[in-house]
Amino acid sequence: MMRRMTNATQWHSPATKRCRVNDMTKNLLSSAVFAGVVAGLLAALLQFVFVIPMLLEGELYETGARVHFVVDGTTMSEKGAPGLGTDWGRHLMTIAFNLVTYTGYGLILAAAMMIARQFHGAEISARAGLIWGLCGFLAVQMAPAVGLPPELPGTIAAEIGPRQAWWTGTIIATVVGLWLIAFSRGLAPVVGAVLILLPHLIGAPHLDTYYGIAPPELSAEFATVSLGTAAAGWTLLGWAVAYFLTRGDNA
Amino acid sequence: MMTNTQTLASARTGLGAAVLALTLGVALLAVSGMAQATVLHDAAHDQRHAMAFPCH
Repeated sequence: MMRRMTNATQWHSPATKRCRVNDMTKNLLSSAVFAGVVAGLLAALLQFVFVIPMLLEGELYETGARVHFVVDGTTMSEKGAPGLGTDWGRHLMTIAFNLVTYTGYGLILAAAMMIARQFHGAEISARAGLIWGLCGFLAVQMAPAVGLPPELPGTIAAEIGPRQAWWTGTIIATVVGLWLIAFSRGLAPVVGAVLILLPHLIGAPHLDTYYGIAPPELSAEFATVSLGTAAAGWTLLGWAVAYFLTRGDNA
Repeated sequence: MMTNTQTLASARTGLGAAVLALTLGVALLAVSGMAQATVLHDAAHDQRHAMAFPCH
């Protein structure tokens, strides 16, 4: 790729060179958008099968339609998710925002691949894309979930500001850490590992009280199922970003 | 020398494209995941929970 670019700039006029620059940018942006749409659609589909029913069940506890711990003073609550219902506007929004979110992540992932190729000589292929996607999952979903588990609606938690700050900081620290482990030598990978650990040593913002609005089994299952769904979405995202990027290169 | 300059130039265009993509990506995520405006929050609500953004 690098050599081809160099040759191209050597033999063509400045106008053609500008064209190449535009092609490169266009390829990067369109690859990210295509991949974001594909991965976002898969993620939305999986969410409607696995995650949204639990989310709706959690809402029954959020609104008080069901109350845990109240029936006869026992710890038992009836299990069962309500149907998806007919609120198509709401569900359409969920699909739309999945596309926006995955396109956002796709753009960042594509930019990262480009930088790794230009500055570290990393080879980008659809197969390598699977690893990129999995690392994205680790940094953006898994690492923050260690401190702040995915929450059912109605979960009482610390202030939103500090949680967003810890969440963002953890993602950045994990991304930089993984990058150092993958692309640097000497002691830098060790620094990377420490960076990945650091947010968890600092600790995520939590309240000093448990509220337990929803049954713990439901919250736990919601957390794992949303992580599993995100793992699938991210793996496909990484594969697809790399696939479209390399396809655009060869066009 | 010539090749070096051009490699640098192509690296720079790659960097430009990457910075543009990064900026757009972060902007999209700010809207879909972080913005607390009520309309946005309500529309994105289920997706935020499903994707484990800190929601409210």
